[in-house]
Amino acid sequence: MARNHARPLSPHLTIWKWGPAMAVSILHRATGTALAVAGGIGFIWWLVAAAMGPEAYATFLKVATSWFGYLVAVGLTWSFFNHMFSGLRHFVLDVGAGYELRTNRLWSIVCMVGAVVVTIAIWGTIFAKMGAN
Amino acid sequence: MGTGTGIGRVRGLGSAKHGSQHWWRSRVTAAGNLLLVTWFVISIFRLPHLDYEGVVKWISSPLVAVPLVLLTASVFTHLRLGLQVLMEDYVHEEAGKVFWTLLLNLYAIGGAALAIFSILKIAFAGVPA
Repeated sequence: MARNHARPLSPHLTIWKWGPAMAVSILHRATGTALAVAGGIGFIWWLVAAAMGPEAYATFLKVATSWFGYLVAVGLTWSFFNHMFSGLRHFVLDVGAGYELRTNRLWSIVCMVGAVVVTIAIWGTIFAKMGAN
Repeated sequence: MGTGTGIGRVRGLGSAKHGSQHWWRSRVTAAGNLLLVTWFVISIFRLPHLDYEGVVKWISSPLVAVPLVLLTASVFTHLRLGLQVLMEDYVHEEAGKVFWTLLLNLYAIGGAALAIFSILKIAFAGVPA
């Protein structure tokens, strides 16, 4: 449907003042898209390769354990936890709680910081194990 | 426009013409994802080896294959609903909406079918000698 130019557009990214609540909101969409596309394709490739046999799986592993594979994996880990934490935040907001300005701001920050902390903890452990072997 | 009750007046409204169904299904699958993807991430993290034999042996167990199939269904339903919202918000032309809707459905349904078939093939064919 063509847009009626006499009507105003809703406020857009460029004219909002950045704050934790809007950051966590747009990150929810961005990380969701990353998980849906990169995570989804990686998941399908992993399973199809395993179902096709050792050679196809070796190709998958070669890409997955390259520097690019690790970069994507770290990105997806962060995306997953950011999306999961802000998803849990949405569950709370859905029941009508957590809208007070300070509370909302606090949990927005907790979601974003939590995702970074968990990602560093997981990949720190993996790289430490790899270094020990 | 209905003349009677509140529900009668809002039925068929909204961008998808399905009222709250889209919103509710995205919440239900979010809860499914929370459970199943958490299980998946912990399991993958705890697997001693991610080599071919180790992974195929792991997937061939019913207690892994079944949650994996459920995970695929929940995740791909959720991503289809989520990306549909993005499209509704950011694609403004009708032709673009048709194109992205078709592509999204192809990806979500085709991708889920590929993943589920692969899980079942590994589960039913058993572990290669």
